Amino acid sequence: MFSARTLRTATLATAVVALTSGAALAQKKYDTGASDTEIKIGNVMPYSGPASAYGVIGKTEEAYFRMINDQGGINGRKVNFVTYDDAYSPPKAVEQVRKLVESDEVLFVFNPLGTPSNTAVQKYLNAKKIPQLFVATGATKWNDPKNFPWTMGWQPSYQSEAQIYAKWLLKEKPNAKVAILYQNDDFGKDYLKGTKDGLGAKAASMIILEESHEISEPSIDSHIVKIKAANPDVLLIYTTPKFGAQTIKKTAELTWKPLQIITNVSASVGSVMKPAGFENAQGVLSAAYAKDAADPQWNDDPGMKKWSAFIDKYMPGADKTDGGYVYGYGVAQTLAKVLQMCGDDLTRANVMKQAASLKDFTPDTLLPGVKINTSPADFAPVSQLQMMRFKGEKWELFGDIISGDIAAD
Amino acid sequence: MSAIENVAPEDQPVEAVPKRAMTIGSGTSFVVLLLLLIVPLFAKNFIIFQLTMLLIYGLAVLALNILTGGSGQFSLGQSAFYAVGAYTTAVLMEHLNINYALTLPIAGLVCFAFGFLFGQPALRLSGVYLALATFALATAMPQLLKLNFLEHWTGGVQGLVVTKPDAPFGLPMSQDMWLYYFTLAITLAIYIFSVNLLRSRSGRAFMAIRDNEIAASAMGVDVALYKTLAFGVSAGITGVAGGLGAIAVQFVAPDSYTITLAISLFLGMVVGGVGWLPGSIIGSAFIIFVPNIAEGISKGLSGAVFGVLLFLIIFLVPHGARQIAIVGQQLIGKLRKN
Amino acid sequence: MELFTNQILAGIATGAIYACMALAVVMIYQAIDHLNFAQGEMAMFSTFISWQLMQVGVPYWGAFVLTLVFSFIGGIAIERILFKPLTKAPILTNVAGFIALFAIINSSAGLIWDFTIKQYPTPFGSSPFLGSQLISTHQAGMIGVTVLLLLALYFFFQYTRMGLAMRAAASLPESARLVGINTSWMIALGWGMASAIGAIAGMLIAPVVFLEPNMMGGVLIYGFAAAVLGGLTSPFGAVVGGFLVGIFENLAGTYIPGVGNELKLPIALALIISVLVVKPAGLFGRHIVKRV
Repeated sequence: MFSARTLRTATLATAVVALTSGAALAQKKYDTGASDTEIKIGNVMPYSGPASAYGVIGKTEEAYFRMINDQGGINGRKVNFVTYDDAYSPPKAVEQVRKLVESDEVLFVFNPLGTPSNTAVQKYLNAKKIPQLFVATGATKWNDPKNFPWTMGWQPSYQSEAQIYAKWLLKEKPNAKVAILYQNDDFGKDYLKGTKDGLGAKAASMIILEESHEISEPSIDSHIVKIKAANPDVLLIYTTPKFGAQTIKKTAELTWKPLQIITNVSASVGSVMKPAGFENAQGVLSAAYAKDAADPQWNDDPGMKKWSAFIDKYMPGADKTDGGYVYGYGVAQTLAKVLQMCGDDLTRANVMKQAASLKDFTPDTLLPGVKINTSPADFAPVSQLQMMRFKGEKWELFGDIISGDIAAD
Repeated sequence: MSAIENVAPEDQPVEAVPKRAMTIGSGTSFVVLLLLLIVPLFAKNFIIFQLTMLLIYGLAVLALNILTGGSGQFSLGQSAFYAVGAYTTAVLMEHLNINYALTLPIAGLVCFAFGFLFGQPALRLSGVYLALATFALATAMPQLLKLNFLEHWTGGVQGLVVTKPDAPFGLPMSQDMWLYYFTLAITLAIYIFSVNLLRSRSGRAFMAIRDNEIAASAMGVDVALYKTLAFGVSAGITGVAGGLGAIAVQFVAPDSYTITLAISLFLGMVVGGVGWLPGSIIGSAFIIFVPNIAEGISKGLSGAVFGVLLFLIIFLVPHGARQIAIVGQQLIGKLRKN
Repeated sequence: MELFTNQILAGIATGAIYACMALAVVMIYQAIDHLNFAQGEMAMFSTFISWQLMQVGVPYWGAFVLTLVFSFIGGIAIERILFKPLTKAPILTNVAGFIALFAIINSSAGLIWDFTIKQYPTPFGSSPFLGSQLISTHQAGMIGVTVLLLLALYFFFQYTRMGLAMRAAASLPESARLVGINTSWMIALGWGMASAIGAIAGMLIAPVVFLEPNMMGGVLIYGFAAAVLGGLTSPFGAVVGGFLVGIFENLAGTYIPGVGNELKLPIALALIISVLVVKPAGLFGRHIVKRV
């Protein structure tokens, strides 16, 4: 027979056991995809198809985590980076992301590339409460913690960058006649909107021509001829590297010298300015948040030396002028920092919480002074840019570091 | 070059497949159907989603098969009809709150009309010219979807997010499983319709045109009507597939419906066997799984591995999966005799 | 008015790109009676070969000639190894083979040379031509080479035994065999020549659009369109077609209000299809009478 007393003691004992084991769990908490030995991360990239040029970003991230694992992993855990090809097709992205989540059982999805692909999986991942962390696109909509608390961007948004150019124009050239050449897709249209928002009431009077081009066009000469006929003083070039280089080259061939501002996406010294011809690119303006590996001014920079050593060791033979290698390194380093901050609490909620608590973090590849800051209300990690002017064979930074945060509508 | 008129025997781009050879026996059909019914009960949701996509692309390949294998017309523009179907469903569901099941017949009808109209000018074209015309349509479609004045409806470059339906009547199954069985029912209905269509008077007219247009017309087949009809039917089925695809993927955007999709569907048809309707599902499996296999072999060279695999397939079975089926049937026949 | 003439001049300059590619398309069509979807990629690969040669110090014209030889042999090799076994296969299976070849070349080039754009030299310079800033000396040179190539092809097909044999082999293979033409080798030769012409097109186009693995994607669509518009059997038609497409497209983009700029490719293609509906063999193609 049990007395009431023994029963009470037994209950108490169970409670104590429950409490202590609870405390032990608090030290080590895992969701699917994390364990004592491993953190499993998913990623999708266009390794094939029309956007395969961006595949190098995925390869860089894979190499970066290989380096991390060689150095002992993060808090003693190896990073298992699973990356799939979505061929820049949204239906394929949905398939691959679901495979990552439901079959590979990753802890979260990291740096999937492209606005359409990310839009396609955003609802799914948020409904399942799986982080869609540091997406590789510059649309503004990723900074929307209220409606999509599981999605976070990384790079400065296209619109905020365009606003910086607009503000600069309002200050330096308030009476300029502006023509905009933009790529007819989400990327180009975001820049167009940012510019108009930035110019505000003066947009209607300042912008004299908006010319769009398709990514499938082999040459955009005809657009440049048309723009020149409108005779603007400022040409804003919101297009991808190949067309950016064509524009700079063609305007020079037409012996036409408007003030040209080119998007950060196409500001690479090695893969835009050099093919376009350094002599043609003199005086072109842009803005940057990261260092350019082909720019000689960073040759002795400690951060870029580390990057360079990493590329030499883990990705031998890579074309260092490709901005994708710098980008992939920077974003992978940010993730490594977040995982470090997570400690032994590798739950999806904590990953998001830590990602939203970055304070003045500076990856090796960002410009001096550009810092990553996030908060529960600010899901835009890199949001600072500095303007620059092309001179000789490199970019010269000028002005202050400008913060361009915009929340999603 | 010279203005001399050359006389050539009429091109016969698609080999003649007798109509009985276009289907499979009832025993095999039963086994396949049983598998399609049972497998999802034991699979993860992700696999069910893949199977749903398998059926959807299967439908689209089937549609192309009716056009090419049936009536001998070649199309590289199926992605355009798929896109119109997908957008019709998405716009009706998201802007007008119409039930998803009702949007599909509408998508089918819209695409039927579109295909029928496109078939009119295409009548005058054949072979490579028709290939170029349909190729042009496929290239133009993403640009049309992005047009500014349609942006209110289509979402422009950003696309439209589509809500996935729950299982009705409180059925205890996941959204994925419900959508799978829903798609399976539609696929079966369309498959049976297609088989009967090709066996009917119209089907015989299609095949007569495929085998010899001039002879068909001499025998009193209204060539113009049946060729445009084939385009209409093919586009209509593709449209239904597109609508289902929009619901399954929960998203439509111009980037989803590029020429790559049209080429994939074409490859699916070749791999499955031109003119062999059951091959459509095998072709669809090729579209979905072979890129994944290629990627598994090499990330950096996934395109090249895909190309090599495709070459291997067409070297081994230049007539597609139909060839394997024929060999298999002959083997079974021999075994029975012995 | 100035804009009008400027757009026509710019259209001619861009049209030269299309014309060049269209010639290669016509060449392969003459040989195999089909369009080769991998043609653009083969041209791109050849151009990369010449670029690589120049990187290791071979002068431009040396690299040019070596690349032509390489492309010619490469074209023949591709036919012998990959497409000869498919001779008996249905035509659509061959088309699938072209697509496979496209994927293989594009992906390998990306792996070997990366996807960043590369500057490609021109032997003609890029200063304004005859005082007009709209056409550079390079583009003028390109038009010149295209015309020379056209003449060469015309004489080849019209007056040489080989050219005539090749045409016979493509259009009436059985009759050709009866008169003793080795049709199988004619096809291989056609591949080799088409590949070499494609290489010339690639090397002329690369200075304008920059060298990268996807550089021919857009060009090939226009090349097909131009060749079909001009008539697939006529090298002259292909070149005229190329210039017409270039001019068409620019005028549509400039003068059709509202949608003109966004839809200039679809409008150009729709126009071509309209032409085909009226003249199914293209503007200069020879009409083929069909019989049962």
